Amino acid sequence: MNATEVIRIQHLHKSFGKNIVLNDFSVSLRQGESLAVLGKSGSGKSVLIKCIIGLMAPDSGQINVLGYEVPELKQAALDQLRVKVGFLFQSNALYDSMTVRENLEFPLRRHRFSKTKAEVDAMVHEALSAVGLAHTAEMMPSELSGGMRKRIALARTLILKPEIILYDEPTTGLDPITGGEISRLMVSVQKQYNTSSMVISHDLNCVSLVANRVVLLLDGRCYAEGTLTELSESKDIRVREFFHPIHGKERFE
Amino acid sequence: MESNEPLKDFFKEVGELWRFLIRFFSTWLKPRYEFQELLHQCFSVGYRSLALVSITAFIMGLVLTIQSRPTLVEFGAESMLPAMVSISLVREIAPVVTALICAGKIGSGIGAELGSMKVTEQIDAMEVSGTNPFKYLVVTRMTATMLMQPILTSWGCAISLYGGYLGVNIKGAVSWTFYWNEVFDSLEYGDVIPTLIKSIFFGLAIGLVGCFKGYQTSKGTEGVGEAANSAVVVASLLVFIIDLVAVQITDILRLT
Repeated sequence: MNATEVIRIQHLHKSFGKNIVLNDFSVSLRQGESLAVLGKSGSGKSVLIKCIIGLMAPDSGQINVLGYEVPELKQAALDQLRVKVGFLFQSNALYDSMTVRENLEFPLRRHRFSKTKAEVDAMVHEALSAVGLAHTAEMMPSELSGGMRKRIALARTLILKPEIILYDEPTTGLDPITGGEISRLMVSVQKQYNTSSMVISHDLNCVSLVANRVVLLLDGRCYAEGTLTELSESKDIRVREFFHPIHGKERFE
Repeated sequence: MESNEPLKDFFKEVGELWRFLIRFFSTWLKPRYEFQELLHQCFSVGYRSLALVSITAFIMGLVLTIQSRPTLVEFGAESMLPAMVSISLVREIAPVVTALICAGKIGSGIGAELGSMKVTEQIDAMEVSGTNPFKYLVVTRMTATMLMQPILTSWGCAISLYGGYLGVNIKGAVSWTFYWNEVFDSLEYGDVIPTLIKSIFFGLAIGLVGCFKGYQTSKGTEGVGEAANSAVVVASLLVFIIDLVAVQITDILRLT
């Protein structure tokens, strides 16, 4: 693994029955980089990051994250790795029965950090302030809007001060304005917390704001790679299809 | 070949339920222990079902007494009413009806809660947060139902016997002391102990099915509804099967 690489995936295979989702997929994420993995719905993007965090086991291939070979890790080592890797779920995955504060405290308590009450309060306040929602600590998730829930989910990810953040469709289900706000928040958080990030998305607006580099996942493999501009100007018909799905003539017809 | 599919699915589900139960017991004693969550679940399962169990048990005792009186009067055995009612309630009716009430309230609640946690990725989020979701969510809930079911059953028995007392007094005049003397004279350990033991198994079945259905949920919100619904149906069916087995065992052991 290269010294600057924080994630290195090689020859990853994953299938569900006869449905091959990832087929010899390889990619790497470098320190401080923001990599977007673009792909159609159902192309295996979410499966990819769930394999990275150890929520799913690949059929074969190597996943090295911060020096850990993920598929070979025992539970204790996997928990150690998960302190360093944050995961923002597509559905936010906030615990409905807990307040915002309890949601944020949960990973701290579960990873057994020995912190005093004052220290925990300060960490919660810092994470909530980073997403601009310090006033929501005592609210329930059901009282929050979709955009606010996304921010709280990001704050819960940030509370452990991860080295890498994995974003699963961070703007899905949000209106374009709120989606833009979340994208800008992701950029500011990356600078403030000095993280590397991998963003799974099919939202080109989000990708254009947050990504340094883009990988196009097609047919279960890394079909194309480059900056968003390079890919959008590609001559390859399948890449063009992704960036320009509806031609002017078709739109009027 | 298609006609075999439902049977195949049935046996597959039974196999998966069995594996889930084995996983529960194998995870049960291993650290880390989730005492705080267990207490929370005991409160949730026990205290929040108390009102429903109390009302049902009271009506059950009252109705059984009112319905039994005419037959006993016909045979000139009206004085046997407290004894007959107490044995019927404690041995059979109170534990089974309490379990069915709990299957409806607790089983569906657990199925829907875990199901919605599954489809909204909260269970995955727990795992990422360094928590074993099976231990935190399933083991605590199943243990809570196992612990709370005998307590709810005991409470249900007491309330239904009180309902019986009022029922006896609707058309008669039996003193409080006489009624309870009759009740306790007619009851033996052989009536009470098997009831408490089978209640533990009822609790296990309710927790097991609720957790299993919730934990295996797929197909989004539709799946959550299905999980809650099938948790009630399967748990209720299991309650009757366990009751049938328990009756056979107590009969073989000559406890009754």
